Amino acid sequence: MSTVVHSAPKFASREGVLEALTKALGKAVVSAKEEHGEVVITVARGEIENALRILRDDHQYQQLMEIAGVDYPDRAERFEVVYMLLSVTKNHRVMVKVSAAENTPVPTATTLWPVAGWLEREVYDMYGVVFSGNTDLRRILTDYGFEGHPQRKDFPLTGYQELRYSEEDKRVVYEPVKLAQDLRQFDFMSPWEGAEYVLPGDEKAVAPPPPPAPPPPAPAPAPEVKAKKAAAPKKAPAKKPAAKKAAPKKGDKA
Amino acid sequence: MSLSLEQSPTTGDEVITNYTINFGPQHPAAHGVLRMVMELDGEIIERIDPHVGLLHRGTEKLIEHKTYLQALPYFDRLDYCSPLGMEHSYVLAIEKLLNLEVPSRAQYLRVMFAELTRICNHMLNLGSHVMDVGAMTPNLWLFEIREDCLNFFERAAGARMHMAWFRPGGVHQDVPEKLLVDIGQWLDTRLPRLFEDAMSLVVDNRIFKQRNVDIATVSKEDALAWGFSGPMIRGSGIAWDLRKAQPYDVYAKMDFEVPIGTRGDCYDRFMVRVEEVRQSARIMKQCLAEMPSGPIASDDRKVSPPKRAEMKQSMEALIHHFKLYTEGFHVPAGEVYVATESPKGEFGVYLVADGSNKPYRCKIRPTAFSHLQAMDFMCKGHMLPDVTAIIGAIDVVFGECDR
Repeated sequence: MSTVVHSAPKFASREGVLEALTKALGKAVVSAKEEHGEVVITVARGEIENALRILRDDHQYQQLMEIAGVDYPDRAERFEVVYMLLSVTKNHRVMVKVSAAENTPVPTATTLWPVAGWLEREVYDMYGVVFSGNTDLRRILTDYGFEGHPQRKDFPLTGYQELRYSEEDKRVVYEPVKLAQDLRQFDFMSPWEGAEYVLPGDEKAVAPPPPPAPPPPAPAPAPEVKAKKAAAPKKAPAKKPAAKKAAPKKGDKA
Repeated sequence: MSLSLEQSPTTGDEVITNYTINFGPQHPAAHGVLRMVMELDGEIIERIDPHVGLLHRGTEKLIEHKTYLQALPYFDRLDYCSPLGMEHSYVLAIEKLLNLEVPSRAQYLRVMFAELTRICNHMLNLGSHVMDVGAMTPNLWLFEIREDCLNFFERAAGARMHMAWFRPGGVHQDVPEKLLVDIGQWLDTRLPRLFEDAMSLVVDNRIFKQRNVDIATVSKEDALAWGFSGPMIRGSGIAWDLRKAQPYDVYAKMDFEVPIGTRGDCYDRFMVRVEEVRQSARIMKQCLAEMPSGPIASDDRKVSPPKRAEMKQSMEALIHHFKLYTEGFHVPAGEVYVATESPKGEFGVYLVADGSNKPYRCKIRPTAFSHLQAMDFMCKGHMLPDVTAIIGAIDVVFGECDR
């Protein structure tokens, strides 16, 4: 970035901190960059505990403020786990990242910071990333007996289950989500800049598919009718279904 | 600390074994919906397992489906006791990604109202902390100050609690001149009188000290390891304040002091907050004295909307307005973690943008999450009634903790 004109928090500028940390972490580093004033270091998954230990003990990043999960469904290892470290003596922040898939556990950081316990539980709850060595990896934010990982990009916004108090049963019951109307998902992206849907009428611009080869015994006019039908405007792809109605079976709830 | 049964104060002739009780989620001292499963030995706490998430509303998921501007009001609803503190982190994160300059008057207004939010938040916390340990009057008196604060918010933004007043690029609208005058008078007369009156009942009170001094002592090392921030880390004696260390907006120009505790107990945390109220008033007075006139929002029309009057005359302004309130603005791809000193501690926003008009990911770093996790280690060996004092000193709001 050229000149900083925003008024966001300014921590001590550390020239060369990226190089120094990359050198200290050595082989563990997969990539490192400094963008928007943030130092981001991606390390190999197996090395994360060591890397964090080096940063804490040798480079004075005393505090682990946050662990964030991010989901990139297109990647081979779809999840990213981001550790925000803070140095109260050097007045500096650094982000350390690892990537993970559903079946590749990330070594825990609870051995270094007790605060990592709940932060890892949250990432596990929201994304399903498993942390090996965390002795208390229960769900934390979602309901008792919840199934699925709601922050994943393929989890619908409405969820699968809804609950209400049932007057007949005198208790709270869980039911599959029923929407009285479709969830309103407004897409205001300009159609000229990367809209994902087909504009009504656009399909006419595409050449109609060639008419199927006429079966030999049939009379001449029949294939023409068929060809017309094939060229009729296709309906634009319908809105995505708001919620899958087939919900996973809910366990009994105390 | 574990007591064997022979030493246990609860054992006379009969032996009482450990038992487990459920504190909350509907307990007035739980400050919301906190459920704690406590293992007790008599009245001594052996282990606490806090269950959070009862107020989980999926804010982060909702934000991923909204444009940047539409996502802003969700931040008011996180920590509903200090709404502007939450908005501050979010707008700064967006501005950092956009590298957007904010006019000077807007920065002053933001700082001033962030400090008013701090006063407002501390009134609620100090009052309820005092009430949790048995005193009724100060809470009622402090609520009078809080009412004044909410009236000021209403006059500035039109809403008493969920203001949605900080916007990327500045603030939503300018404040009336009379409001600034009134706030100045209030800072000089009414606030110190009411506040010092209420505090004179508490700070040297013998019962209050008995309930708070040496309760849940946290050392500097523990405070760092457990990710403490805000009054909790300052109560433990670490002079760490993001307003000083990593100044944002015009905090760099402000002259104020950072109070720290000496013993790291509940009383220190309380007193840190008491002093912060005075320092906040000081900052607000400086803002009032130095505030320049000028625009209150960025003139970058691709981010902040034009004035209503301008739209009646200018076609371009109308187009900008329409585009901003339908499609919204696009934020260049990148990721930032921006943390500000909210009244409760470090409130951070980890914003991942993919170049579209919606955040790809918006991770909210709540303050209370780390603090509550330390409940187990802070409460161990204390009596059951101390738990209310400890929760009160954490200053937890579940809208923010559970998101």
